[in-house]
Amino acid sequence: MNALLFNSTLVIYAVVTAVYLIYLLKPKESLGKTGLWLALVGFLVHCGFTLNRFLEAGHTPITNLHESLSFFSLSVVGIFLLLERRYKISILGSFMMPLALLIMAISASFSTVIPPLNPALKSKWLAVHTIMAFLGYAAFAISFGVSIMYLIQSHFLKTRRLGSMFQKLPSLDILDDISYRCLTFGFPLLTFAIISGAIWAETAWGTYWSWDPKETWSLITWFIYAALLHGRLTTGWRGRKAAMLSIFGFVIMLFTFLGVNLLLPGLHSYK
Amino acid sequence: MTTTNKRGFAQEVWDFFCSLKLSIFLLIGLALVSIIGTVIQQGPQREYLATLSETKIRLYSALGFFDMYHSWWFILLLYLLTLNLICCSIKRLPRVWKVVSEPVLVMDDGFEKSLANVKDLKLKGSKEELKSRMEAFLRAEFAVPVITEKDGEYHLFAQKSPWCRLGVYVVHLSIIVIFVGALIGSFFGYKAYTNIPEGGAISQVQTQSGKMIPLGFDVRCEKFSVSFYDTGAPKEFRSVLTVLENGQPVPGFQNRPIIVNDPLTYKGITFYQSSYGQSDEGALYHLTVRDRKGGAPVKLNARQGERVALPGGAFLSVMEATMDVRPFMRGFDGPGAQVEFTPAGGNPQPFVILSDKYESFNAQHGGDLLITFDGMDQKFYTGLQVAHDPGVWVVWFGCFLMVLGICMAFFMSHKRVWARVTDSGVTLGGSASKNPAGFEICFDDLVEKIGKA
Repeated sequence: MNALLFNSTLVIYAVVTAVYLIYLLKPKESLGKTGLWLALVGFLVHCGFTLNRFLEAGHTPITNLHESLSFFSLSVVGIFLLLERRYKISILGSFMMPLALLIMAISASFSTVIPPLNPALKSKWLAVHTIMAFLGYAAFAISFGVSIMYLIQSHFLKTRRLGSMFQKLPSLDILDDISYRCLTFGFPLLTFAIISGAIWAETAWGTYWSWDPKETWSLITWFIYAALLHGRLTTGWRGRKAAMLSIFGFVIMLFTFLGVNLLLPGLHSYK
Repeated sequence: MTTTNKRGFAQEVWDFFCSLKLSIFLLIGLALVSIIGTVIQQGPQREYLATLSETKIRLYSALGFFDMYHSWWFILLLYLLTLNLICCSIKRLPRVWKVVSEPVLVMDDGFEKSLANVKDLKLKGSKEELKSRMEAFLRAEFAVPVITEKDGEYHLFAQKSPWCRLGVYVVHLSIIVIFVGALIGSFFGYKAYTNIPEGGAISQVQTQSGKMIPLGFDVRCEKFSVSFYDTGAPKEFRSVLTVLENGQPVPGFQNRPIIVNDPLTYKGITFYQSSYGQSDEGALYHLTVRDRKGGAPVKLNARQGERVALPGGAFLSVMEATMDVRPFMRGFDGPGAQVEFTPAGGNPQPFVILSDKYESFNAQHGGDLLITFDGMDQKFYTGLQVAHDPGVWVVWFGCFLMVLGICMAFFMSHKRVWARVTDSGVTLGGSASKNPAGFEICFDDLVEKIGKA
């Protein structure tokens, strides 16, 4: 059941990605609609997978890389669907769904066995901490995708190549707005994840902060996004500069999530 | 002349610490230097140091890279950031406070032009009628308005959640509070580690720097147990602790089980389950030996590796044993031991014996003797992390402030609506501190409702 739901999600996301990529090349509005509906179906199946896994494991299914990557992808798709509902920009899917598919594909490469729960993870904070962290990560991922769209669009404007892709991409202002709004959700969520992690660490490891690589890197991510928000709020780091810093922030965030688990030994390396 | 120069210099210093460029520089700077400590091992072990060259070791220790997050320059950066955000807040707070406490009550022409949302409405009725109509409308649909009469016109002003503008400063304050809490912890607290064997008690603990700290009471480990999943992965570590004052158990702190994620706190000192090991005393194994030809069973005790004489001139030593063979032998459970049996005048034979539940299994070896393994008394010690941190509640208060401030700063918006009432109609103006697109929808909604009202 578990494998069936997971593989179905993977297949649907692959189809959605294909539809959205064709949409990128061929100006056909119906393709965008089809992609959206398929993405919604994929999202529901993915939710089903997550729920099923929760019931089978008996705890929040975000305890190893297979599960957390899957939840990361689920969050990206969820936020994409919300944004699509609000802004009605089909081309968003051409950038977000390949990302969601890629994350799912990486997730598939890790063992799908449900391992018994490590004693340190037996806590009510597991759910709060991980869900906040991954929703935050997903918001940053979307901001990253939109920032790339921003750079492409601004490149088109500069070189005066006003082709069909230019027509489909929303205006720079809207892209900047979406990217910023994602940050205003991602940053609070990251903050809450760090705080809930500190409370958990106090009960599990005896200290709310121990400069564990994961803690340090999440603080690094927090510093970068704090700098970006301050730059935007007051000295007018909008547009290209903000887009570039958002992409940089996402790279740092990816390292906080994956790099730390895979490369740096520490208290968080649950593989 | 000199005084102006001095003031000029003081002003420059003040401006430097108030500047947002400094904040951004410090934030990015802290982010970049923090990476060092995750790449270079902190509090390095000898094996790690052996991989580094002499020059590197000298350089790293001179720069404080081996304890980077406590090095003077890292702490200095944190102090600078704190100073910077205090100065920024002092500089900007009065202006924001004025917006919150002294709202603009009258929308004159100049102010109207500065607003993003303005709408002229032609409405029938006298000035007085329109005033009371608008007052009732704003009260019902938005917020209670303040009415000002100026130059023969009525001005209504209503606002929602003005205090959310202070959210940023609540977040800044929270960072200072957390910082103060961390400082209290580092000056007046300690982190230590202790091992207590089962049945043993301790009255002092050793800190990371090697200092012995008396607890002022005793802690006794009554029992330690570890359980495993079928896969052999650890499932739970559990210590049962008793706190003793003057040798007497303290009520409520007797036989308290502690597990990972559920520590014990007494008099501000917290004990966390951290590790465990086998006590030096070693385990005592229990065996039963019976002659197959009949006779009463003989109970024997053995320590690890000890050669025990059996009836009939044979010898037996227990090499290793477990109370649960499931992780090692499929289809079996209960205690089991790896033994070496030396028959009288024969060569040593290694084999496994289990409990009396598996008599036919045990009957495969032992010559004339039937040997069963009854179990063992194994003594563990529990490894406890001990922490005393009087600043932790200050840190939690800071975290609470941060959550509160962030919710105010990111998820709430100060919304303001003005209405200028004249005999010819009403001019409605509005602005919001955040999410202009969202407020526009809300403003258009209000305008539409006035038309219907």
